[in-house]
Amino acid sequence: MKKYMTSGLLAATTLTTPAMAEDSVEVLHWWTSGGEAAAVSVLKDALEAKGVTWNDMPVAGGSGEAAMTVVRSRVTAGNPPTSVQMLGYDILEWASQGALSNLDATAEAEGWGDVVPEALQFFAKHDGHWVSAPVNVHSTNWVWTSGKIMEELGVTEAPSDFVGLLDIAKRAQDAGYIGIAHGGQPWQEATVFDSVAIATGGLDWYKKVFIELDAEAINSDIMVTALENLGAYRELVDDNFSGRDWNLATAMVITDKAAFQIMGDWAKGEFVNAGEVAGEDFQCWRVPGTEGAVTFNADQFAMFNVGDDRKPAQAEMASSVMSPEFQVAFNIVKGSVPARIDVSDEEFDACGRKGMADLKAANEGGTLVGSQAQGHANIPAVKTAFSDAITAFFNGELTAEEAAEEMADTVAIAQQ
Amino acid sequence: MLKRYLPQIVITPGTLLVAAGVYGFIGFTAAISFTDSKILPSFNYVGLRNYENLFKLKAWDIAVANLLTFSVFYIAICCVLGLLLAILIDQKIRAESVFRSIYLYPMALSFIVTGTAWKWFLDPGIGLESVMHQFGWASFEFNWIKEREFALYTIVIAAVWQTVGFAMALFLAGLRGIDSEMLKAARVDGAKILQVYRRIIIPQLGYTFVSVMVILVYNAIRTYDLIVVMTNGGPGRATWLPSVFMYQYTFTRNQMGIGAASAVMMLALIAVIVIPYFWWELKSQGKQK
Repeated sequence: MKKYMTSGLLAATTLTTPAMAEDSVEVLHWWTSGGEAAAVSVLKDALEAKGVTWNDMPVAGGSGEAAMTVVRSRVTAGNPPTSVQMLGYDILEWASQGALSNLDATAEAEGWGDVVPEALQFFAKHDGHWVSAPVNVHSTNWVWTSGKIMEELGVTEAPSDFVGLLDIAKRAQDAGYIGIAHGGQPWQEATVFDSVAIATGGLDWYKKVFIELDAEAINSDIMVTALENLGAYRELVDDNFSGRDWNLATAMVITDKAAFQIMGDWAKGEFVNAGEVAGEDFQCWRVPGTEGAVTFNADQFAMFNVGDDRKPAQAEMASSVMSPEFQVAFNIVKGSVPARIDVSDEEFDACGRKGMADLKAANEGGTLVGSQAQGHANIPAVKTAFSDAITAFFNGELTAEEAAEEMADTVAIAQQ
Repeated sequence: MLKRYLPQIVITPGTLLVAAGVYGFIGFTAAISFTDSKILPSFNYVGLRNYENLFKLKAWDIAVANLLTFSVFYIAICCVLGLLLAILIDQKIRAESVFRSIYLYPMALSFIVTGTAWKWFLDPGIGLESVMHQFGWASFEFNWIKEREFALYTIVIAAVWQTVGFAMALFLAGLRGIDSEMLKAARVDGAKILQVYRRIIIPQLGYTFVSVMVILVYNAIRTYDLIVVMTNGGPGRATWLPSVFMYQYTFTRNQMGIGAASAVMMLALIAVIVIPYFWWELKSQGKQK
């Protein structure tokens, strides 16, 4: 009996290992909402057409907090996934740990260096070597409005400043709607603050604070004013915002319950997925006060250092991700814009075209800056040091002055 | 020969596993807390820097203050309610085992299930508040879970619901262990039921109280899953406990050194309570012999 059990166990062990065959990729990502899942299946189909099996490893949770925990345990255990969806500095930190693959061969053969925007290459390369394949470029300074409510309020174009935007929310509240659709999670509050910071202090101040980490600029009167503006925004959200996921907040705009949401352009995927048409059922504006600037973040597929038997499928995946066909098909569904500048905007909707034009202009004019909330302005420890204080202020735990002071303190600790 | 060493041989694998899996990793965590580990462990010694930073962080102060509030309410309510339930069940009622199972049953659920159920129940948009509104009680308000000052108490409610049955079971065992001759004597002397409980029964439950307290304290310190499910530390960080802090700093903020330092502080906290208990337990065992 014992003998049979042992051989049975051995057989079971050998049966489970070949699931990681050479022509398969294991992809860890957090694209689980409706619009996002649809976008992922575009890549899955493209790869399966090439005979590469797709092992899906979705880990839910916006901004990938939960996903990063899974990655860490997999890498520590010596069994990393083929590829992981990743943002900004996370990629560079993993690369500096030596955990990522070298994609130079694929990148040189396909000329990635000429088509990917410079600002983006900063996050896709480590020590001059490609380690990751950018999928898209998102930006966070967008307002998504309910077409029906705007029509009812007689709003035909974006207001000229942030105060004007809040005024629209006030009028919507008076008309019986929810003013602003807001999801009460730290990263969402930080995302809104990206825009509020630029609208308050201007782009140069934003760079000084979030990229250069100038302590005097962080704990300054401008920061206090910026936080107070966030406080004015806070007054216009509904009571039940705490803990709400971003896509549920977007749904409040889609179903015309709330006037607008300030969120990155991944929100557009939700509108499209719900069958709404850009410019009619919903509008996309740059957050008033931030026009011209683009606070970007880019999803990438960081390629992990897997065994040689899994490398060919990995290279195949990298090449599929960077192909113009995929970039167009994926980004139409996802709501973002392509990570290469040589593709045509023909198939994109009004918001997509505006996004592509804005990106190009910002890239040339030097107003393309990394989004602090999405980990493209600084390392994760610094990012969360800011978002902790922002959230604490948003939920009334700290006053604006205290929050500015805490930012300066915790950012200093995070830099050590 | 074999017979003589059999106990040692049998116990060795388990001891080795526990030594490596529990104490080994405690040592590893302690070592990490003195290094500059960020995203993955590293071994560059930085002295007490992580501890210095830990005590500078407001988030840690909040987590510790929350733990104190949470523990006081959780333990007090669990003890009082558990004892009350035990006394009620001890009245030789019919179908006693049915009630005992009902009270003990929440213990069998995982904290994730408890947390999710309570989260929905307490959510003003879909839970109690909205149901009351549908019944026509429009002014009814119960939105503690969304309020910064009260969110922590909703965690207390859920945690008490989960563990009060356990406290009850321990107290019940204690009550059953009391010498019935003494109670009969008290009754013969004309003592009222309330007096019997206050003067005779509850004072004799001293040992049971200590056991219940120690288990509840340790439960309070390790509370983590309940919070992640119910509020995820929010609103803001109003429901952060040291356990949440440890996870956040180690795994999502890439500050493993500070996270490890906070884990060591939690261990120290538990040790402060558990070590005297063991000492006391050993001493009382020695007396019995």
